[in-house]
Amino acid sequence: MTKIIEPKKQRNIFSRPSSETGVWSWITTVDHKRIGIMYGYAAFFFLLVGGLEALLLRIQLSQPDNNFLSAAEYNAMFTMHGTTMIFLAIMPISAAFFNYLLPLQIGARDVAFPRLNALSFWIFVAGGLFLYSTFLFGTAGAPEGGYLDEEVSRLASAPNGGWFGYQPNAGLRYSPGTAMDYWAIGLQILGIASLVSAFNFITTILNMRTKGMRLMRMPVFTWMTFAVSFLLAFSLPIIAIALFFVTFDRQFGTTFFLTEGGGDPVLWQHLFWLFGHPEVYILILPAFGIVSEVLPTFSRKPLFGYPAIVFAGFGIAFIGFGVWAHHMFASAISPVAQAGFGLSTMIIAVPTGVKIFNWLGTIWGGKLTLNTPMLFALGFIGMFVIGGLSGVTHSVVPADTQQTDTYYIVAHFHYVLFGGALFGIFSGLYFWFPKVWGRMYNETMGKIHFWLMLIGFNVTFGPMHWLGLQGQVRRTWVYAEETNLGFWNLIVTIGAFILAVAILVFMANWIYSRRKGEKAPFDPWDARTIEWSIPSPTPVWNFSKAPEIKSLDDFWHQKYGEDEDGRAVRREGTDELLLKLEEEGLNPDEEIHLPSPSYFPLILAFGLPFLGYAVIYKSIPLALIGVILLLIGGFGWGTEPLEEEFETSEETPDAKESSTYE
Amino acid sequence: MQTKKFLKTRHLMLCSFLFITACIENAPLDSLSPAGPYARTIDDLFWLTFWIAVVIFFIVQGALLFSVFYFKDSPDKPEPKQIHGNNFLEILWTIIPVIILASIAVPTVRTIFDLAREPEDALKIEVIGHQWWFEYKYPDFEITTANVLVIPEDTPIRLEMWSNDVLHNYWVPKLNGKRYLVPGQKTYLNLHADNAEEFWAQCGEYCGLSHSKMRGRVLSLSQSDFDSWVINQQKNAANDLDQNSLAYEGQQVYLNAGCTQCHVIDGVWDVQGEQIAPNLTHFGIRNVFAGAALKNNSENLTKWLANPAQIKPGTFMPNLELTEREIKALIEYLGTLK
Repeated sequence: MTKIIEPKKQRNIFSRPSSETGVWSWITTVDHKRIGIMYGYAAFFFLLVGGLEALLLRIQLSQPDNNFLSAAEYNAMFTMHGTTMIFLAIMPISAAFFNYLLPLQIGARDVAFPRLNALSFWIFVAGGLFLYSTFLFGTAGAPEGGYLDEEVSRLASAPNGGWFGYQPNAGLRYSPGTAMDYWAIGLQILGIASLVSAFNFITTILNMRTKGMRLMRMPVFTWMTFAVSFLLAFSLPIIAIALFFVTFDRQFGTTFFLTEGGGDPVLWQHLFWLFGHPEVYILILPAFGIVSEVLPTFSRKPLFGYPAIVFAGFGIAFIGFGVWAHHMFASAISPVAQAGFGLSTMIIAVPTGVKIFNWLGTIWGGKLTLNTPMLFALGFIGMFVIGGLSGVTHSVVPADTQQTDTYYIVAHFHYVLFGGALFGIFSGLYFWFPKVWGRMYNETMGKIHFWLMLIGFNVTFGPMHWLGLQGQVRRTWVYAEETNLGFWNLIVTIGAFILAVAILVFMANWIYSRRKGEKAPFDPWDARTIEWSIPSPTPVWNFSKAPEIKSLDDFWHQKYGEDEDGRAVRREGTDELLLKLEEEGLNPDEEIHLPSPSYFPLILAFGLPFLGYAVIYKSIPLALIGVILLLIGGFGWGTEPLEEEFETSEETPDAKESSTYE
Repeated sequence: MQTKKFLKTRHLMLCSFLFITACIENAPLDSLSPAGPYARTIDDLFWLTFWIAVVIFFIVQGALLFSVFYFKDSPDKPEPKQIHGNNFLEILWTIIPVIILASIAVPTVRTIFDLAREPEDALKIEVIGHQWWFEYKYPDFEITTANVLVIPEDTPIRLEMWSNDVLHNYWVPKLNGKRYLVPGQKTYLNLHADNAEEFWAQCGEYCGLSHSKMRGRVLSLSQSDFDSWVINQQKNAANDLDQNSLAYEGQQVYLNAGCTQCHVIDGVWDVQGEQIAPNLTHFGIRNVFAGAALKNNSENLTKWLANPAQIKPGTFMPNLELTEREIKALIEYLGTLK
């Protein structure tokens, strides 16, 4: 008999919401798993939007002097593509993994602050919608005194100063209208979401680890979450301040970055990249974590050099704060600074190399299962190495002054962020699919997805190295026919459409397998970490009782020992152990107290966009709405009863059903 | 010549090596075809790094592919040995990359300082960035021109650069790397062309609507051609046109339609307006115009004068709604400005 505790159904104004199914249950949820799933879907939606923007860019560039998009539209599209992919797609998809997996990997019931977790998600949604509302309400135009031949279309009414927003071009004089304000304030709001979740994860990792889960027994993915959270906590304040300066310059006539008022446009570059380079590691470290889980599992070997991988991760995170000016080698910095940042950039290649060699050491001598997550993880290594090597060529400052601001750079960072981060993310999406949905994905479609993506990716981004070296400059709406760059640009565009097909295959697989996939056993991969020791899909309560950890890869060591040759040997009684774990996982025998849902994170989060609009339109009523929402959210949050009175009901086999999210 | 041939072979080797046909013939912005000592130094450094990277690429990808094929699961394969790590290897693959990187770092740092040093006896030229064209001033000769930078061959050039509005980035790939043009401060770049040749330039940093059309040419001339170019540039435009000619009519359009608000023609109209536009005194000998986005011919000029914003979105040159006759006259006049 299971005892599940439910809140009393007695309503008053401060009652906590009680829906367990349907839309309201999702909107008010504070369950880290549901929040993770929502993060994933929202981020994937933005990934599709960002991809669509990329396709428009590629159509425009498919031939020289093309006129598919206007200059204004093109500039808005590349700005939104970059901003979307970084802030609205890859960062939140990583957050989806953090949310779903972190508590499971450390044996916790939830994150340290469940309502704060819901708040980060809703602020992310609010920020994303705010930024994209620029297509409805934003305005853009020619610089003061300049002329345009045609009306600015809706497509062009989006931020157009680049995701890097270089000043003074992104200032009011050269980027008039409200679009760049949407950008600055939108990023500000999104930054709050990331900051909030960073502190939540740091606290969770430091305080919520189950018995025996010492730091050096944590899975590498948890370690990388830890590293990323610190990166966020230290780098986001820098961009927050810089964005406030921009907003002040644009809205209130300050001159932080304007030469005519004694400001300095190069200062913006320093501040932006002081955030922007750690941001690169914010995007890639989660993928490092994911492949560090996938490779050992499908090699049936422990991760080679676990401490080296962990320390290298933190080494990268730390040195990542000292390399920012390599984005500015052609800018106004002295030769001494060029040399210094060139050297620090070379140094960061060392811990990155250590990771790659350790991954190779992991698969070396293993027994490799080449299924979809493993293929993506292996593809990740192959593609990331290319991005890493081209990265080293940037540390050679004189060579970088030729390559910077060309498609060579575009090729480089897509090898790192698409071939790296996104391949890692897809590996993780397939790997944990059974845990999240309780069903298996379709392996054949998964493999088709992988090969299409690998081919499409290299056809798209491989030739860009050439285009850059042979003179194609970034962020250019047209290129002259005489540059003879047309042929390879056409190939690149074809590659982009192959990628689009690959994504469609992925979506088809996802939708099909969610409904019709085979039922997944709880440990389909014979995996290593404790999230696989609980039923699939994960029950709402995660662990029926807090697990006790005795070693790194605890779950594996429960199943396997080593013979005198050091080969893995399945322990006797493992089958019984697994049956017992599944039985226990589904039927908790103690009362489980789960955090109650709440409306208030949502209300608080949606106050922020109103404050943003209020700044842009200098509107007191909008400001009042924003403040009122913040106050309701904040006060409600503070005063809603922390503990409902609980009644205990005798529960039944239904427990299994309430654990799925259909 | 010998070096050049070698460079070319290397270039071709690389092409066959990677993409077979990837190399683009006649790419005017090709950063891999250096035509002067600065670009060549950079090129050498790039290839050094590149070949080291290629070796590492093959080692790592080779190990990856070997593992995938050799260690692939098969039914009779025993469980693998559970190896947790190896400290010797960890130290090895930390030290070896450090040594390799050091071997790149030393020439890198040296080259950084070499490239930054002001060459002796360099010809000084000022480059001023505008949305969306480059202006050039020769302080020694009191010359102001635009779009086409004219330099003597085999002579070091020292560019002193700044921007009049937003950030720009001056790039002549065959002569040197890029350098930003920043409002409110000066940056420097050295150029040096081996031979008399025409090169392409392009603004590297995103600078607004018509960034892609902010291009340029660098024309390297023999010393004697350069000297006569200087003498010609120092002359004012003729102001004694035959009053019955079409060119004279064009000059009147220039003076009366609004062009003088921004454009100067020395000897005809010397007052620079607030919005700076290219000096037109010797417009007729420049082979490109409108930020070097268009070739200087009457067809292009007609399009441009009829509606500048259609060619360069955001341009500060208004559509003056000139009649066909006025445009024709103006083009005729501009053609006389040699």
